Amino acid sequence: MGRCKNTGVAFLLLILVFGFTFPPNPGQAQEQYVPCLIYRTGPFAPGGSGVGGGWEDYMELINMKGGVNGIKYKYEECETAYDTARGVECYERVKPKNPAYIHPMSTGITYALLDRSVRDKIPLVFMGYGRADASDGQVFPWAFTFPTNYWSQNTAKIKFIAQQMGGMDKLKGLKIANLHIDIPYGQETRPLLEKMSKMYGFEVRHFPVPWPGIDQKAQWMDIVRRYNADWVINRNWGVSCTVPLREAARLGFPRDRIVGVWWCGSEEDVLPAGPAAKGYYSANFNGVGQDFPVIQEIIEKVYGAGKGNLSITRVGTVFYNRGVVTGIAMDEAIRTAHKKFGVKPVTGEEMRWALENLNITEERIKEIGAEGLMPPIKTSWKDHEGGGWVRFQQWDGQKWVPVGAWVAPMREFVREEVEKSAAKYAKEKGITPRTSEALK
Amino acid sequence: MIYRECGVFKANYRADMAIFPIPLDRWGVIIILFIAFVVVPFSASDYWLSSILIPFLVFSLAALGLNFLTGYAGQLSIGHAAFMAVGAYISLILYGRYEVPLLLSLLGGGLVTAAVGAVFGIPSLRIKGFYLAVSTLAAQFIIQWVLTHWEWISGGVFGTVDTPPMQVFGWPIDTPVKKYYLVLSVVVPLTIFGKNIVRGQLGRAWMAIRDMDVAAEIIGISLFWNKLLAFTVSSFYAGVAGGLITFTYYGAANIEAFNIMVSFHLLGMIIIGGMGSVLGSFFGGGFITLLPIFINQFAHAFGTVLKTDLLACLELILFGGLIIFFLIVEPYGLARLWRTGKDKLRLWPFPY
Repeated sequence: MGRCKNTGVAFLLLILVFGFTFPPNPGQAQEQYVPCLIYRTGPFAPGGSGVGGGWEDYMELINMKGGVNGIKYKYEECETAYDTARGVECYERVKPKNPAYIHPMSTGITYALLDRSVRDKIPLVFMGYGRADASDGQVFPWAFTFPTNYWSQNTAKIKFIAQQMGGMDKLKGLKIANLHIDIPYGQETRPLLEKMSKMYGFEVRHFPVPWPGIDQKAQWMDIVRRYNADWVINRNWGVSCTVPLREAARLGFPRDRIVGVWWCGSEEDVLPAGPAAKGYYSANFNGVGQDFPVIQEIIEKVYGAGKGNLSITRVGTVFYNRGVVTGIAMDEAIRTAHKKFGVKPVTGEEMRWALENLNITEERIKEIGAEGLMPPIKTSWKDHEGGGWVRFQQWDGQKWVPVGAWVAPMREFVREEVEKSAAKYAKEKGITPRTSEALK
Repeated sequence: MIYRECGVFKANYRADMAIFPIPLDRWGVIIILFIAFVVVPFSASDYWLSSILIPFLVFSLAALGLNFLTGYAGQLSIGHAAFMAVGAYISLILYGRYEVPLLLSLLGGGLVTAAVGAVFGIPSLRIKGFYLAVSTLAAQFIIQWVLTHWEWISGGVFGTVDTPPMQVFGWPIDTPVKKYYLVLSVVVPLTIFGKNIVRGQLGRAWMAIRDMDVAAEIIGISLFWNKLLAFTVSSFYAGVAGGLITFTYYGAANIEAFNIMVSFHLLGMIIIGGMGSVLGSFFGGGFITLLPIFINQFAHAFGTVLKTDLLACLELILFGGLIIFFLIVEPYGLARLWRTGKDKLRLWPFPY
């Protein structure tokens, strides 16, 4: 036993020593360093590995084609397991290597990094998550929410519901149940929905689901039997996304009257529900499937060379394609920076300028081979959301099928709310909103 | 040869009651404190200070709090992260909205948490063991719910309270070194205070309750006061730790940083570190917060050979394996391993 203990201690020491002696090596001069905060483990692994894998694969594709204007990406993963403390550790670990931008990939980590990113002058990009009011570039100069945020998504959802019912006037008297996971992420859209309900005359009631939301029997009993809802908004995350579909099937609530948030609209969310998922709608901000030239190129070149970062069976799924869209948007931002500051590895400050002057047009998207995969994005120093287009899709039992064209959010209304909320934040934190493109 | 009581003569009660009766121990602690206060801040990088040492110290403090309750008083709690959250929100609100000085806000956060903890300790007077564990599990969810739904606390839909710029006595705390000092100057006194609590009457009463509550009551230990005090003191530590980590590490109080998994982590820290041991809390805090990071960096050395998804899972495989390994080798935790080593050292080189 004694010897065993000694080996144990020796083993621990060995690991500590190796931990010390393998510090991450700094990137070389002509490489663009990109840290990938990712979660391939933990309860939300499908989302983390899917988005992360797609994003890395796109960078790999660009590398195989010779890099961005000749500068190759050097991407490095850091596993967060969706844990805030680990995410902050990852951020501090990669910071000395001068990353041009950070994707926290988790709302909790985003909150923890908001202050740090301002101090360290590293743009914080949270595509489709985090706090919605960060779309206001006057108060959040270093935060970017493009291509869209949660509030835009919810206005688009109401528009979509109106479309399905046959016009905005049909919203009157409709009963909409907002089923949300009871953490700040889930609650974020409540006030917006309430305001819209007054504008359009529908009724909204909130049904909070306690974290982690595996049991939703009581809420569904309420929604279907007592409240008698016409539509349900499914605002959950991870395993709690799937539960509503089974519950709805059990109570006989039509699945094509449920609209999910974009984090509840992946193959991983509906497949476990089996046939119960058929007909379910969800929001999205990227196209699905492998029928895009850019995805085909990735399959052919990256996976052909055995350099893929995910299992090939997941290429073309919702989360994977979202990762590819992330890759494309960030790649375009770096190209924008190259145009202004010259071809070299981009720094955080240069990247911020590029992200504020990003203009990915329909033509450019076509050129990349991503037509239908992503919406056009055009940002400005004030508007860090850049469009807010949302697309809806329906699960046909086998795959996601896009429904209709891209839906524009109610931009003025969302913008007004964003500015109001951001102003409140600025007041609390003692930030003076900037009044021009230049940073003070 | 040098590590022994032999030759240490205790001439008065003071010497007899010293925390570290063996001179080498005393010197060891002084050296460790010297390293922590003087050497580390000047030699460690920002990365080490801000993302390795600060979380390590704060989580060790929280584990110490839980150790009072579970390790010493024998009351199982799986809602400790929620107590940390209470401390985090309250101290940020005190500091940000009411402009109470930073250290007093931390103290206030701790005191409010202590009161909350005492309330959730009431069930422990009637139930114990697994049943108490379930009622503390309820504390986790009740507190989470209240923190996010009470608008005065959460400040609206984002459920987040941000830290304003920090200062102590007009001295801004903005660099990792200063934050490290802030953490250290809270953690060290509280640890010494905690060590004295468990050495004193209160700690002995807790241990008596843990070992057999009926017997403890018969010899005149009030279960009511001592159990509630265990909850109070333990939550106080959790509250201060929660406030501290939010100020110096997270930067914003967000309920997602204090979810049920953190409660399990804390419990894991004291089980691996050693139940009923102050030092064990630090061992456990180090094991649970730091080891995954080291394994992760270690695994990255093989980044070119292994596939990325295997790399990510390797961390869990190694970490889980090590937990099982240590628990088989030493079921009483790393602190017991340490004590065994010290006992051997006392006899060395003449073991019997």
